[in-house]
Amino acid sequence: MFDIFANYGGQLWSGFGYTLLSSLYALIGSLVVGTIFALFEISPNKVLRVIGHIYVEIFRNIPLLVIAMIFYIVVPQYIAKIDGFTAGTIGLTIYTSAFIAETVRAGIEGVPVGQMEAARSNGMSYGQSMIHIIMPQAIKIVVPPLGNQFINLVKNSSVLAFLAGFDLMYQGNVIASTTFRTTDTYFAVGLLYLIITLPMSYGMRYLEKKWSAERSED
Amino acid sequence: MDIFAQAYQWVNLKYLLEGLWVTVEVSVISILFSFIIGAIFGLLRYMKIKYLSMIVGFIVDIIRNLPLLLIIFFTYFGLPNVIGVRFNTLWATIIAMTVFESAMLAEIIRSGIMAVDSGQMEAARSNGLTYWQTMYHIILPQAVKKMIPPIVSQFISLVKDTSLATIIVLPELMFHAQVIYGQNTNFMIPMFLALAVLYFIVCYLLSVLAKFLDRRLSKA
Repeated sequence: MFDIFANYGGQLWSGFGYTLLSSLYALIGSLVVGTIFALFEISPNKVLRVIGHIYVEIFRNIPLLVIAMIFYIVVPQYIAKIDGFTAGTIGLTIYTSAFIAETVRAGIEGVPVGQMEAARSNGMSYGQSMIHIIMPQAIKIVVPPLGNQFINLVKNSSVLAFLAGFDLMYQGNVIASTTFRTTDTYFAVGLLYLIITLPMSYGMRYLEKKWSAERSED
Repeated sequence: MDIFAQAYQWVNLKYLLEGLWVTVEVSVISILFSFIIGAIFGLLRYMKIKYLSMIVGFIVDIIRNLPLLLIIFFTYFGLPNVIGVRFNTLWATIIAMTVFESAMLAEIIRSGIMAVDSGQMEAARSNGLTYWQTMYHIILPQAVKKMIPPIVSQFISLVKDTSLATIIVLPELMFHAQVIYGQNTNFMIPMFLALAVLYFIVCYLLSVLAKFLDRRLSKA
């Protein structure tokens, strides 16, 4: 396995970089889009609620690969030329945002209703109570499951291998098919994924333990 | 609209449904296997048996944090070099899915059991129940309620993830759709629409089931 690193290290680390980059873009994108749709889902406006609900249900129940392939082969054919990396990252963003919307919604709903009522009756607007009262409490409920979504996102970014997205999985396949050393190559690729996902996974477990202990002390 | 009528002629629809059948077949077999293995691993990890639980925990953590696609590649292309046996695409997919999903389920099951208040175990034990009696009558019934929603969402992921097996040419839904629009690129949009609808129906039905179970269990 180590000679795979020695001989093809450049290729592997470049794939590692693309995987990180795609995950990072999709993380920021899906956090923004997901939070917007979560706010839609709990909004007092019925139309927004329905839109939020439809968005979440559709994209949670369709495989990421189908969404990514639409951007990779349908969109370039009919709308605009985009490369595999971009198509994959857009697909990842949309797919993940549906899960994030659900997580954020559950987090906000996890804050007792009395908090909103108290804030409103103290003269704050809906937006003010959301930002100053509800959100800070929701964040502690939301962060551990969000962390798990981000771990899934990093793993799911391997879908870029289908789209010639130059990510870690893609480079791994290229190396495996040139050297025929499939076992060693896939071990090397796995190791690089674990460098990203394992620390996140243990970090989230730590936070989860710490914050749920704090909550039960209150 | 002509294109849609052509794309959805019976030959193509039948071909898609055959693909859907393989998707369902692979999903159901993998769900059964991974549920059994996941439950055993989850319990082993929870029970804190010296060394054994640590090793199980280590394996579960490693597998959970790898992409499923990598595990599929490894099972199909890498594993034959190690064990000398080559699986066909169907069994390679089932094995890869089972390995990955067992690890995910083991974690769900373990944290479900952990979420039951530890006082329950202490109370049952001090009332004279054995460890396994307590497990069976007191802890598991409460834990199962907490586990069912995440387990069903994991099954939904599993169904969606079978689409990844197109890459090793498993003749499932996604692959069959690709074959159809590969022959006539005008069928691209109708085929992706069909894919979205078919996957949606299967997964949405599962999520409705999850909500139903959740409501019944929280009432009980």
